[in-house]
Amino acid sequence: MPSARRPLRHGGFVAGAVLVALFAAASLLAPVLAPEDPHAVAGGGGATLERPTASHPLGTDALGRDVLSRVLWGGRVSLAVGVGVEALVVVLGCGIGLLAGYFGGAVDAALMRVTDVVMAFPSLVLAIGLIAVFERPGLDKVFLVLVALGWTTIARVVRGEVLSLKARDFVQAAKALGGGHRAIMLRHLLPNALAPLLVAATIGVGGNMVAEAGLSFLGLGTQSPTISWGAMLADGQTFLATAPWVAVFPGAALLLAVLGVNLLGDGLRDLLDPRLRA
Amino acid sequence: MGLLRSVAVRLLALLPVVVGITVLVFALNAVALGDPARAAMGQRADPETLERLRRDYALDRPLPVQYAAWLGRLARGDLGDSFREQRPVREVIIERLPATVRLALAATLISVVLGVAIGVLAAVRAGSALDHVLMGVAVLGISTPVFWLGLMLALVFAVTLGWLPVSGYGDGAVSHLILPAFTLGALHTGTVARMTRSSLLEVVRQDFMATARAKGLSEWTVLGKHALRNALVPVVTVIGIGLADLLVGAPLTETVFAWPGVGRLLVAAVGQRDLPVVMGAVLVFALVYVLGNLLVDLAYLVIDPRMRDAVRA
Repeated sequence: MPSARRPLRHGGFVAGAVLVALFAAASLLAPVLAPEDPHAVAGGGGATLERPTASHPLGTDALGRDVLSRVLWGGRVSLAVGVGVEALVVVLGCGIGLLAGYFGGAVDAALMRVTDVVMAFPSLVLAIGLIAVFERPGLDKVFLVLVALGWTTIARVVRGEVLSLKARDFVQAAKALGGGHRAIMLRHLLPNALAPLLVAATIGVGGNMVAEAGLSFLGLGTQSPTISWGAMLADGQTFLATAPWVAVFPGAALLLAVLGVNLLGDGLRDLLDPRLRA
Repeated sequence: MGLLRSVAVRLLALLPVVVGITVLVFALNAVALGDPARAAMGQRADPETLERLRRDYALDRPLPVQYAAWLGRLARGDLGDSFREQRPVREVIIERLPATVRLALAATLISVVLGVAIGVLAAVRAGSALDHVLMGVAVLGISTPVFWLGLMLALVFAVTLGWLPVSGYGDGAVSHLILPAFTLGALHTGTVARMTRSSLLEVVRQDFMATARAKGLSEWTVLGKHALRNALVPVVTVIGIGLADLLVGAPLTETVFAWPGVGRLLVAAVGQRDLPVVMGAVLVFALVYVLGNLLVDLAYLVIDPRMRDAVRA
């Protein structure tokens, strides 16, 4: 691919970056952009299940709440879970991957067996099982569960990089010069594993967003009054025949946001690490 | 390394994973059931039920003893009794299994046929506008949340056009199967299409294809014997990845379409706090996943002798 190292000529990367920028801006600016209070019910000018009009561009839901405002605010939860969970996952996954790859032997074997077990479950199914342990679902539990399940991919990626790096001359040299374990791991190994790490983390953000929406759609994620696209979809399903806009728009927003993140991730992979290209 | 030895090594490697799965599910059980009174909360928790719970889960004994007892019953296929239905969890799950299997098979069929067709078409016209459009559709398929796609398909084909039923099992009528199967298959269709395209482009470029042709072998022998065997490896991979998509998508798809499978049973059981059913279903999903992956790995060993050495790594 001739455009391999030119971000602006990589169509998918540019499209992804634009979608992600729009998604982030819309979410962060929701308090400014939202035409109405997303919790304001019918009576404040809006009727229930009103079709899209000039005053309610995306219509209103069963309680007369403005769908546009709710889609904007819902993006904040999606963004927070997507990025927030991934940040914790990266820290946890890097730690485990570094330890396993660097020390090898029994440490590696033990950590990788744990990774195998977590990965032996279909992710959403184990997430549902974990949520079931709590008496009441909620955003905090979604965070906890997604972090508890998400670190495995990052750990594997980092471990793999460390294994291939640690035999290389510069790492051996650092060791010979008396570098401590911590210094070698953080200063020499981790920075060189950044490219694949960034790719995996970007794609992970999209996965977190879909997982949160999925759990909330099933009634096992965020609970009212927290606004989530998944929960909005569940509400919308009831009125699919009479007021399809209630389900159409939050789902479309989720699709565009996830598509953007995935395109960005694919693009990063092409640009940063041609070896990983699918 | 011989085939039998590789299979044995692979099976042995499975052991710690299966043990790990049972420990994890047992731990979830133990945490959730820690206080049986709380566990049965919201249920008709008569003293008799509580007594049975205590007995079933050996709750007054140390944890390792509880685990051993639980594992022993598990080995006999005993997953405990459903709080809600007051009958064995195994019965409840087995009742729901055929619907999920039927849905999964239909979704796999759709994704393989559609995905291979899209992938071949894109590969034949690689670099063209058609290629870009098809690969764009594939990314879209991968990025579309399963549950939203289900709702949109229901909106168009059931609510608006009235061609197909909105939801339900319909006593097994094929018309009821179509929308859920397309929904569950869509995610995987994109993956299959992308993999088929790249693997075809890879295989036709390789030297052994030219060699086979140069030897004067007929085009059918070249394609059928040389290209196919090599193209089969990624196809097997795709089936493996598809299994994960199917098992993750099942609870969502079944919920959207009120499909009476194990996925919907799991979701409903969480809502009803019927923990034995939840843990039973989670365990069944995990074991199906592990077994499926095992079959995929064994298929590799048969197709590609090089893999037999890789097993050791």
